Amino acid sequence: MLSLAVAQTRRDLAIVVRARAEALQPLAFFTLAALVFGLASHSPETRAAIAPGVVWALAAIGAALGTEGLFRRDVEEGVLEQLLLHARPLWPAVLGKLLAHWCVTGLPLVLLGALVALALQAPAAAMPTLALSLLLGTPTLTLIGAIAAALTAGIGRGSLLVALLALPLFVPTLIFGASAGFAATAGTDATPQLLWLGALFAAAASAAPFAVAAALRVTQEA
Amino acid sequence: MGAFKTYFHRLGSPRWFFDLARPWGVGFAVVGVGGLVVGWVWGLAFAPEDYQQGNSFRIIYVHVPAAHLAQALYLAMGAAGVASLVWRIKLADMFIAVVAPVGMAMAAMALATGAIWGRPTWGAWWVWDARTTSMLVLFFLFVGLVALRQAIPNERQAGRAAAVLAIVGSVNVPIIKYSVDWWLTLHQPASFTLTSAPAMPPSMWLPLVVNVIGLYSFAGAVVVAGMRNEILDREGDAQWVRERLMRRQAAP
Repeated sequence: MLSLAVAQTRRDLAIVVRARAEALQPLAFFTLAALVFGLASHSPETRAAIAPGVVWALAAIGAALGTEGLFRRDVEEGVLEQLLLHARPLWPAVLGKLLAHWCVTGLPLVLLGALVALALQAPAAAMPTLALSLLLGTPTLTLIGAIAAALTAGIGRGSLLVALLALPLFVPTLIFGASAGFAATAGTDATPQLLWLGALFAAAASAAPFAVAAALRVTQEA
Repeated sequence: MGAFKTYFHRLGSPRWFFDLARPWGVGFAVVGVGGLVVGWVWGLAFAPEDYQQGNSFRIIYVHVPAAHLAQALYLAMGAAGVASLVWRIKLADMFIAVVAPVGMAMAAMALATGAIWGRPTWGAWWVWDARTTSMLVLFFLFVGLVALRQAIPNERQAGRAAAVLAIVGSVNVPIIKYSVDWWLTLHQPASFTLTSAPAMPPSMWLPLVVNVIGLYSFAGAVVVAGMRNEILDREGDAQWVRERLMRRQAAP
């Protein structure tokens, strides 16, 4: 079971390493979108005030858009078919794939999100908490986003449908994540929010791989 | 008991459902239209005025049933999703297909009446409060379901994908509701719970109950009619559907 997941993670990471420019796109999008917010806000006070919210909103939108093509290549090239022909269950491979995807899109955000918030002039003291909230929250976004990506894997590319399906499901994570960030910048205790983020992650990690596997099976049905 | 079991089993097959559900549809339609007419006239014309909100509170007789129904329909779709994936019941797929647009309309109606009600009471068309916000999220959950179904051309795949999404959505509905509640709340608490006596006098809540029953039954009638249509559409090549249509043509 575990070896299957590890093999899948290594394969996906190898693909990323060989197409480096593509892997940097989500991070470039995140930074550029933050720049857009910075330029569109009219005063340094506004920028500092909205910083944690901007970081979290962009993490959610980026996750929704970034998972769009997660399974499409596997569906089109028949990789998924091979995985389904296996006698073993599909979810370990799904978990491995999501781990690789999160390492590329979610993990860098932990650092990049804090840097972006700093650039928007949020207080530096809040950065550890903001980073921790991203560390706990972005895996949940990846897990839930993957369900939407799997449901639409069989449809032609370039659709905004994934974002339409994923964003309503991101609401709880977004609320607790942004709230943790705002609590940190206000200098109050963010423990409850962080605990909630952890709980959401635990729930998503134990349920989402099965939903993703079920959705992927659907794409192979006649 | 045996007869009931057979009846229940037959309810699961499209062919039998088509005939068995007909009286249900008629019953729902009668109760629904009757309930709505009685409830509206009673609520809008005869219920007493609210001492604070005056006549503007009367929109509650449209707003609350729609909001209730939208949430109930989404959870019902989740249950149907389980039935569809676990027991591969075709009718459950059809149920989701028919209910999704109805639920979307109900959520839209709840939002629209909420905005109209909010203008005189809160002084704004839209307020970021817990229940309006979670209703908006629910509306988009319905939109996503309808959009997903339409995006997948293969009927079977569309049905199963919608079932998965309906389950995922229903699991998330309470979490979303809770988190949004936690986030902010300035809405008046629900005026209507099953566990405690309502804060309104009977002359006010009785018409509300009539309206809730009326709207649920009306939606039931719409869903039954929609499912019978869906059956004819999907089973169009089946022998029994053709025979049915021939008979109808022969005896106009």
